[in-house]
Amino acid sequence: MKKFLGEYGMVLVLFALFVLFSLLTLNRESATGAAAASRLSKEMLAAMSSKTEVFVVGAVRKPSGDFAGFVAADLGKNEKVTVTQVIGTPRDLRQAWDTAEAEGNTPSLLVVSGDVLKWTILSALQEESPDLEIIYPTERMVSDFLKRGNLLAIVDRIVVIAVIAIGMTLVILTGGIDLSVGSLVALSAVMATLAIKVMGGLEAGGGAIWAGFLIATLACGAIGAIAGFLVARFEVAPFITTLAVMLIARGAAFMMTGGFSIYQVPDSITWLGRGATFGIPNTVLVLIVFYVAGHVFMRHTRWGRYIYAVGGNEEAARLSGVPVKRILIFVYLVCGLCAGFGGCIQASQLATGAPNLGVMFELSVIAAVVVGGTSLSGGSGRVMGTLIGAFIISVIQNGMNLLGFDSYLQQVVLGAVILFAVLLDKARQNGT
Amino acid sequence: MNESRVTPLLEMRGIHKRFPGVHALNEVNLSLYAGEVLALLGENGAGKSTLIKMLGGAHQPDEGEIWIEGEGVVIDSATAAREVGVAVIYQEFNLIPELSVSENLFLGREKTYCGLIDLSGERREALKWLDCIGLDIDPDSKCGDLTVAQQQVVEIVKALAVDARILVMDEPSAVLTAQEVERLFQVVRDLKDRGIGVIYISHRLDEIDSIADRLLVLRDGQYIGGGAVSEIGRDTLIEMMVGRSLEKEFPPRDVTVGEEVLRVEGLNRGTAVKEVSFSVKAGEIVGFSGLVGAGRTETMRLIAGADLGESGEIWVNGELVSVRSPRDAIAAGVCLLSEDRKKEGLVLSHSSVDNFGLPNLEFYSRKGWLNDRLEQNEFDVYRDELAIKVAGPDQLAGELSGGNQQKVVLAKWLARRAHVMLFDEPTRGIDVGAKYEIYQLMNRLAGEGKAIIMVSSELPEILGMSDRIIVMKGGCLVGEVENGPETTQEDILALAMEEPATV
Repeated sequence: MKKFLGEYGMVLVLFALFVLFSLLTLNRESATGAAAASRLSKEMLAAMSSKTEVFVVGAVRKPSGDFAGFVAADLGKNEKVTVTQVIGTPRDLRQAWDTAEAEGNTPSLLVVSGDVLKWTILSALQEESPDLEIIYPTERMVSDFLKRGNLLAIVDRIVVIAVIAIGMTLVILTGGIDLSVGSLVALSAVMATLAIKVMGGLEAGGGAIWAGFLIATLACGAIGAIAGFLVARFEVAPFITTLAVMLIARGAAFMMTGGFSIYQVPDSITWLGRGATFGIPNTVLVLIVFYVAGHVFMRHTRWGRYIYAVGGNEEAARLSGVPVKRILIFVYLVCGLCAGFGGCIQASQLATGAPNLGVMFELSVIAAVVVGGTSLSGGSGRVMGTLIGAFIISVIQNGMNLLGFDSYLQQVVLGAVILFAVLLDKARQNGT
Repeated sequence: MNESRVTPLLEMRGIHKRFPGVHALNEVNLSLYAGEVLALLGENGAGKSTLIKMLGGAHQPDEGEIWIEGEGVVIDSATAAREVGVAVIYQEFNLIPELSVSENLFLGREKTYCGLIDLSGERREALKWLDCIGLDIDPDSKCGDLTVAQQQVVEIVKALAVDARILVMDEPSAVLTAQEVERLFQVVRDLKDRGIGVIYISHRLDEIDSIADRLLVLRDGQYIGGGAVSEIGRDTLIEMMVGRSLEKEFPPRDVTVGEEVLRVEGLNRGTAVKEVSFSVKAGEIVGFSGLVGAGRTETMRLIAGADLGESGEIWVNGELVSVRSPRDAIAAGVCLLSEDRKKEGLVLSHSSVDNFGLPNLEFYSRKGWLNDRLEQNEFDVYRDELAIKVAGPDQLAGELSGGNQQKVVLAKWLARRAHVMLFDEPTRGIDVGAKYEIYQLMNRLAGEGKAIIMVSSELPEILGMSDRIIVMKGGCLVGEVENGPETTQEDILALAMEEPATV
């Protein structure tokens, strides 16, 4: 049982969170699309025998207003019906009603939807003319959480963290830690946007953008490799080495920009962070490609196996002929590359490079890795677990936002989740 | 001293201790009188450490009683040991290197003045104690800066400062120079005069003669004999320590020795390995004997590239190889089964298959991509051949028994098909049945023409398995013996223990 919890516990937690937030954010909502409008119009026409006065009511700049427009257009095609379209406030409805009554054209049907249903004037009108029939589309339960827009927002919010977390997983698997990733996000975003600014600024083409991204990512990879070299060759504690790199990278980012943001980039820079390919958001594609690659690498290559071995027992690995130093340099290099690419995504999402990006990201990234079941002492954990961990954190944040939790409480809850994950990890270690 | 009239300071009666699979102590009796030095002797694994750990509170006897000055006591913690007046000085000192001598002396029982530590008071008292033991060091100096000998005396002072009446010393001389040992003996004689009873563990028989009054020999957890040192001759003593039948404990071997496979010339590494040169031929098993700390393991680690030495040449199959790392050694066909399989041999949190594959992934992968099935199939072959008992593919190496762990380590090196196999204490902590299987395997490897070195602290094993025996002492080769039916453990022990003619 404990073993099962250790292996699949986090998937279950993520699933439970999905269910929980889906239920908690359920709202009654009437359909307001064009399809629902034409369906409703057809039903009304079928039920109509004689010539009828119809009022179609909607609120301004609300789904109900759009819906009223659709219904009015559909009904207007039929000569049996006289349609009056009222889009506005309850006051507008009262005026239109009174005008129609004065002209002797008191409507017998009132088509409403969404928020208009809550207007008190509707019951007043029904009292005045008992024959009045109020028609509205069928209501259904909709979860705000499960809406496509919201799910994509979750991905958008976590994509940078999740990409970096792959590199962090490798580092933590060797028993190390990399605190510099947050600063590298800023450095990368700044370098990428600076390069693009130099290569044409607002008029820069796609080639310049990709060149900027490539330069920034490779530079961060090089910085990671240097940190890895210090860890491997001189056996400096990873915590200290990367703490120093964190300060240096952040300072460098501020120095490069003089403290300002760089926004002289073309709009097309947002393709990576906000665009889509074949209808799938690019951020989703990035996550899929990176995580599949990470998983395959760790499971099916020699170096993947070596990374686990170095974290599990460095001395045994060394005596077995594993090139421990090269492995250590490699994981920090990969972590740097991931942070660099994460910075490019961030710059793309914001269409800006700012030196204050990525503050505290290292902690979110480490949290994602740990929640995903990778042991901080190294040697055990999985890349796919990290993806789950990142999503758990993002889903909790998103759900709490939807439910209107204030941000301080959100921090408390997130902290509790991390503690829970670590305890689960302990339970697993004791269980096996 | 008339023993019938005087109550012993310490008496252990009918002590039993069982660990899973081992009867570590079997009906052991021990008595110690005030003002005497009792030498506790026995081979590695004879049960000496278990016995003294009971006095230190680290282990509890399963059966038996401990009496101190005629009163039964229970020693269930280090604190309890201190309260009944027992102090144990282990081989690894319990000093905190970053703290000063006086801070270490008063650790856990600081003198305070108004809630603050009374530094000058502690210093005064520390000086008093150091003076009375004759150690001339500044109580403010850091313990980490002291020599090993000085640290040892600080440990003794620490014991005296808590009024210990029984002092247990575990191989105190193992790391000391000759002069330092002499000083230590002066301190011990001084303790005797104060009426303190000392239990002294050592492998150096010369020392026993000069410091101990009585001795007690353990073997395989049993009391073998004892008495006044003056009444027991050296030969009798060695026989008591090692004497057991070797018949049928080791499988026979019939191998013709071939060409030279490994030659080592002038290996040096600090004081651990000095000018070591030897060679091993195909099909030959060479036993490395010597006391713990003689430099045998260090020599093997140099050959296997685990450590880097200052100088030395390693030739494999007539070719000079440069060994800068374990990778180089493995590539040259040299494999080391290290002494400590848990720390150096296995990744305990990974499966047996993963451990098996670790040095062999180049065989089970193409361009870096693993072929898991090939790896698993290869492991299955060795698993069946070595009769490794694995519960399933997911079982972690850390969950296996000692014998099975050792077999997994063996399997991973066998799959390398190396020319030279270095076995460092291959049967330590393994039950008799598995030992025999490992011996058989070594014979088979010899039959396949491999050069084999076996480091072992168990003399019967050395005599039972080796074609040739090399003895080390203090980092040097001190003797080489062609093993034959007339070779005895006494011959080897004599070589391992005698003082070298020149240093």
